[in-house]
Amino acid sequence: MGQITLQGVQKAFGPVHIIKGADLDIADGSFVVFVGPSGCGKTTLLRLIAGLEDVTDGKILIDGKNVVDVPPAKRGLSMVFQSYALYPHMSVRGNIAFGLKMAGLPKDEINRKVEAAAATLNLTPYLDRKPRELSGGQRQRVAIGRAIVREPKAFLFDEPLSNLDAALRVQMRLEVTRLQKQLATTAIYVTHDQVEAMTMADKIVVLNAGKIEQYGSPIELYQRPANLFVAGFIGSPKMNFITGDVAGQHNAATIGVRPEHFSIDGGGQGWSGKVMVAEHLGSDTFLYVDAGPIGTLTARCEGEKGVKAGDQITLVPDPNRIYRFDANGNAIFA
Amino acid sequence: MARKVTTANVVVSTAGAWLVGFLIFFPILWMVLTSFKTELEAFATPPSFLFFHWTTENYATVQERSDYLHHALNSIIIAGGSTLIALLIAVPAAWSMAFSPTKRTKDVLLWMLSTKMMPPVGVLVPIYLIYKNVGLLDTRAGLIFILCLGNLPIVIWMLFTYFKEIPKDILEAARMDGATIGRELIYVLTPMAIPGLASTLLLNLILAWNEAFWTLNLSTLEAAPLTTFIASYSSPEGLFWARLSAASTLAIAPILIIGWFSQKQLVRGLTFGAVK
Repeated sequence: MGQITLQGVQKAFGPVHIIKGADLDIADGSFVVFVGPSGCGKTTLLRLIAGLEDVTDGKILIDGKNVVDVPPAKRGLSMVFQSYALYPHMSVRGNIAFGLKMAGLPKDEINRKVEAAAATLNLTPYLDRKPRELSGGQRQRVAIGRAIVREPKAFLFDEPLSNLDAALRVQMRLEVTRLQKQLATTAIYVTHDQVEAMTMADKIVVLNAGKIEQYGSPIELYQRPANLFVAGFIGSPKMNFITGDVAGQHNAATIGVRPEHFSIDGGGQGWSGKVMVAEHLGSDTFLYVDAGPIGTLTARCEGEKGVKAGDQITLVPDPNRIYRFDANGNAIFA
Repeated sequence: MARKVTTANVVVSTAGAWLVGFLIFFPILWMVLTSFKTELEAFATPPSFLFFHWTTENYATVQERSDYLHHALNSIIIAGGSTLIALLIAVPAAWSMAFSPTKRTKDVLLWMLSTKMMPPVGVLVPIYLIYKNVGLLDTRAGLIFILCLGNLPIVIWMLFTYFKEIPKDILEAARMDGATIGRELIYVLTPMAIPGLASTLLLNLILAWNEAFWTLNLSTLEAAPLTTFIASYSSPEGLFWARLSAASTLAIAPILIIGWFSQKQLVRGLTFGAVK
């Protein structure tokens, strides 16, 4: 079991409030991603759950038990650090076995478990190597092995893939997701990369300036963002925001249109402008359009479009997919 | 543009490096050579470099006049004792400053170092009087105490820089893995800190071994280490170059041997922090 509940959790370092009251319910076996810009408090929130920082106020319940006064090791969680934090003087075997050794398990049981974990992660040939003799991806796998071997109630991941190159990151992303599904253990994963968040999560927590802006499934966040911040943060390229009279026509202070919800070759009511930059990716074409008083708009068109910089085009938004926000930035749902 | 390395460059810089090395080493070489000369040859002009009458009689005389082993033992006890005590105090101090620093940690570190900026002679009289009244003059305990205090700031600074290099994440990982503070120290921290501890120990040992100001002023015979033993050869009776050289050679031999075998640690200790 690994059900984690936060009730009014606050954290302050001196006068600075990092976490301003977080309430959250994480179901057993789910994969939850904390996402937000740097400095939003997502890592602090993870460290509070881990027990590496003490809460200023509030409760953290693991399987119904308040753990705020329980030391990290006794919370039954394991953590994968951004820097991997492997013990440099121990072999891969020693690194994976360390937690079990500290728990006082008998030697043959430790060996059995370490070998099983190594087999799951394709680390068997490297068991007797030191961390410095491994590549980045292998080190990452050792850090994960160290986490899974203790059969924790939940895994905590602190930006574990940010030190890997792009190709390896995609591969490890798949591996982590697959492993989590296979073990059916609760996982909390911190990242600033919204693509990682969207692809890996069952549920996403969007954090901004120490506050939870929205908690929901990736598609919920994409289709029904609760406010301007979430609307702007989820989705790539970023949603276009338009204010002023144009927004007023829709009875809103701000309207938002995602780049992929523009069409450029169909008819209809739209905004015309001059293409400043056209990025041709083959699968998609990104257009950055100067639409005069409305500002710069980004459009994402499927496939290859024969549009180049300097062309005059009309961007027509999908009328069913215009997001509306009030003066406080909160979404207006029809 | 990449720098070109020609054979001539290599030859010139190699020769230059050897020349500088030889110049630095020359006084020690000359001392060793002199220790095998007779007193007459020792200050002959022009001096003879290698072709003189080699003799070991200086060593015999030195041993006859003063008990080398007694002083060597004092040196070992004083240098070793002060180093060990300094480490015992410095490890927890540096540990807490590196891993749970407060607002004043930096100030405390600087203040400790500032005590090294004062010339020791400035406090000689009060310390001498205190030692005299307490009965610490010419005792090994007294010398261990003063050398330990003198080197403590440097030891703490060195250990502090070493500990700072150990990533906090690793200690946190150990905490997540269920290690208590004691086990964290034994299984994780100490193995990672051993190179740093070793070079600190070596450097401090050498500093304490060579320390001459306090040992000369606070000891005469009973507790006198090798520094006092050497100094006794530049005496009112006149300078006995050959015997002085023999005594000096005997005094630096142990530390030279230790230094030779621990070159790697020493260089790392001295340049640590300069380049990562």
